[in-house]
Amino acid sequence: MRKITLGMLGAVVAVSLASGAWAAELRVGLALEPSSIDPHYHNLSPNNAFARHLFDRLVQTDDKQRLGPGLAVSWRTLDDTTWEFKLREGVKWHDGSPFTADDVLFTFERAPNVESSPSSFGTYTKGKTLTKIDDFTIQIKTERPHPLMPNDVATVNIISKKHGQGAKTGDYNSGKAAIGTGPYKFVEWMPGDRLIIEKNADYWGEKARYDRVVFKPIKSGPARVAALLAGDVDFIDLVPTADIERLKSEPNVVLSSGVSNRVIYLHLDHDRDASPFITGTNGKNPLKDVRVRKAISKSINRAAIVEKVMEGVAIPAGQLLPDGFFGVSPNLKPEPFDLEGAKQLLADAGWGGGFGLTIHGPNDRYINDSKIALAIGQMLTRLGIDAKVETMPKSVYFRRASRGGPDKTPEFSFILVGWGAGTGEASSPLKSLLHTYDKARGFGASNRGRYSNPELDTLVEDALATVDDAQREKMLQKATEIAINDLGIIPLHYQVNTWATRKGLAYVPRTDESTVIMNVIEQ
Amino acid sequence: MVIVVMSLLVFFGVNVIGNPIDILINPEFDQEEMERAIKALGLDLPIWQQYLVFVKNAFNGDLGKSFVYGMPALQLIVQRMPATLELALTALLMAVVFGIPLGMWAGLRPDSVAGRTIMSGSILGFSLPTFWVGIMMIMIFAVMLGWLPATGRGETVALFGVQVSFLTKDGLAHMLMPAFNLGLLKLSLVIRLARAGTREAMLQDYVKFARAKGLSTWRVVMVHILKNILIPVVTVLGLEFGNLIAFSVVTETVFAWPGMGKLIIDSIQLLDRPIIVAYLLIIVFMFIAINLVVDVLYSVLDPRVRLQDVKA
Repeated sequence: MRKITLGMLGAVVAVSLASGAWAAELRVGLALEPSSIDPHYHNLSPNNAFARHLFDRLVQTDDKQRLGPGLAVSWRTLDDTTWEFKLREGVKWHDGSPFTADDVLFTFERAPNVESSPSSFGTYTKGKTLTKIDDFTIQIKTERPHPLMPNDVATVNIISKKHGQGAKTGDYNSGKAAIGTGPYKFVEWMPGDRLIIEKNADYWGEKARYDRVVFKPIKSGPARVAALLAGDVDFIDLVPTADIERLKSEPNVVLSSGVSNRVIYLHLDHDRDASPFITGTNGKNPLKDVRVRKAISKSINRAAIVEKVMEGVAIPAGQLLPDGFFGVSPNLKPEPFDLEGAKQLLADAGWGGGFGLTIHGPNDRYINDSKIALAIGQMLTRLGIDAKVETMPKSVYFRRASRGGPDKTPEFSFILVGWGAGTGEASSPLKSLLHTYDKARGFGASNRGRYSNPELDTLVEDALATVDDAQREKMLQKATEIAINDLGIIPLHYQVNTWATRKGLAYVPRTDESTVIMNVIEQ
Repeated sequence: MVIVVMSLLVFFGVNVIGNPIDILINPEFDQEEMERAIKALGLDLPIWQQYLVFVKNAFNGDLGKSFVYGMPALQLIVQRMPATLELALTALLMAVVFGIPLGMWAGLRPDSVAGRTIMSGSILGFSLPTFWVGIMMIMIFAVMLGWLPATGRGETVALFGVQVSFLTKDGLAHMLMPAFNLGLLKLSLVIRLARAGTREAMLQDYVKFARAKGLSTWRVVMVHILKNILIPVVTVLGLEFGNLIAFSVVTETVFAWPGMGKLIIDSIQLLDRPIIVAYLLIIVFMFIAINLVVDVLYSVLDPRVRLQDVKA
């Protein structure tokens, strides 16, 4: 009897010691929940950020959006229109099967064809023909030279042919088809409640630091901060600027912030003479005169906006991307604040008496967007322009800004808007915001001011066809200088994003604004 | 009939606000991609055609697929219904269980300190904005005192196939603050109704008669007065219960409670029309059903209503 009891006691002790293995779990308060686990369903920031945990891409982008090897170990151009990618060997899917070129071919076929996709990855896969050379080599051919091939390829998450064949978005959401090669595996998703992933012990790269991660979507900013302060979560993203001062003095919280690829700027009507929201000018459009645009830019005190409106959490901008990005010109600096000079310029242009202008902007899209618009309105009023400000929810704003006018043309005359360069280099804003609007060829899709400069157009188009990096960078720098000196847009500041962790942890910020658990480090 | 009118209003109303494409689509796309996406979601058809497609599908039980999630709208809403219903029912329970006794006390002893405090408290209860009260509770009970969890829903277990959280201790802890936050308005309402009802009932003849008969105060209060004040309380609560479910938006957003309310506010901001339409149709249906239940409860509580039916 006693022997049995001792034996049982020993077994209990042994079991408890073994199961007492230290399981590190991280609880995260996420501001924006992904709308789907399917990595190709919607090209949306939270979806893309989450997909990085479960899936890999051939080319991966680091914290500064620089390209590096992922599931492809190297790539080169064979000729102007053919790229060859050598794939990584020994990579296993979450179910143990091996990764091969077949999976890549399947991925590029499936990615543009997801049912009901509101914003598909087709933009990044179109015009590309993939051929399998052997199990670990593929070639991608395009019709015209495409220097941004690695950037495009870096956006497409690779899925398994075995599990992805015939699988729909719903199968990814339930976890059935959510098999990737990434550092974490899918466990469970209760939309709105929790999203759970666990460590992939067989990951080919740097192993995950946590055994289990629980994402809790907490949309309300104050509630998210409260959850961190209460100790309910260990890590939150999108810390509201209003709470940063308070959190700095909190001993149990560590703040991590980094500049993003997003520039907040003003887009002006370059096209119409009788612009609908400009009054008191007898049908003329003063914004078409470069001196007026320069006067407006001079009258904006960017440092004051950064300090007072953004509470120090922004960087004044002089061009389209912050320092360190590809295509940034060293010759452009933020326009210094000079109210007297601005008034003089305005008078020289013949508008010393001022005119009426309505500024439009969103109120729930960018950090402190409506407050920025109000500040701009005040600064323009000091210049002598009778400025009114109208902000609206993004659900109303973007449609009107892009297509609210007659014949589906842009409606507004002077707008506050932002642009995040997804490719991490200058061709993105140049192509979409400043190139002449050309629907057939896909240029100027977000050029809401209809700015048109033939010299700029040629430079941008040439740059997009130049495969040599050094040459292309020079062209992009020159194009940026032309556009900024002509004030095609008026840049205001670059957004800075803030993450907060409990004491003992920190976050390495990413310029693409993604919240990625692999960047959570011990301190 | 109501449902048809509702669906028409919502469908065309949402369309007037804006086009969901502008929010969903990545602005880095060129025009060709935008057109492709518009076609994929069926938004290129003229609006009346879109409505007809919707009606046709509705008869097959398909209320459309969400633009944002790509999943059937009905499935998304039903998935989150248990969370909201759980919260709403708990809020209602709190309102009734605390409201009626407190209101009756205030009615029986209106000039006492307790009575006056209860009445002032009820004024605060329906004046203070729900959002503010929620955040304050989180700051005090979760951050400063650390007694309760700050956000979210707790552990759930399956009851008849539905996930519920009130059966676990963790679930109850998570539910306490949001339920109180949601029910605060109703609590104040019930207190005032109960007080008014009690005061009125006290003056009635049957109460005086019962006292004259020598019945104990306790029996007079619990049996006679209570039953008579229940009718106005039930009426109002019936109407308000629909409100609790439909407009739990604020509480769910503050407490990150994964219910239908949060889904609808997100869908409105993103112009996810299928979800908005499906949700409002379900709510209208629920309101109608609740009114029916209230009518039935009437006849149970008030014999005069029953007798009238019998006579007719």
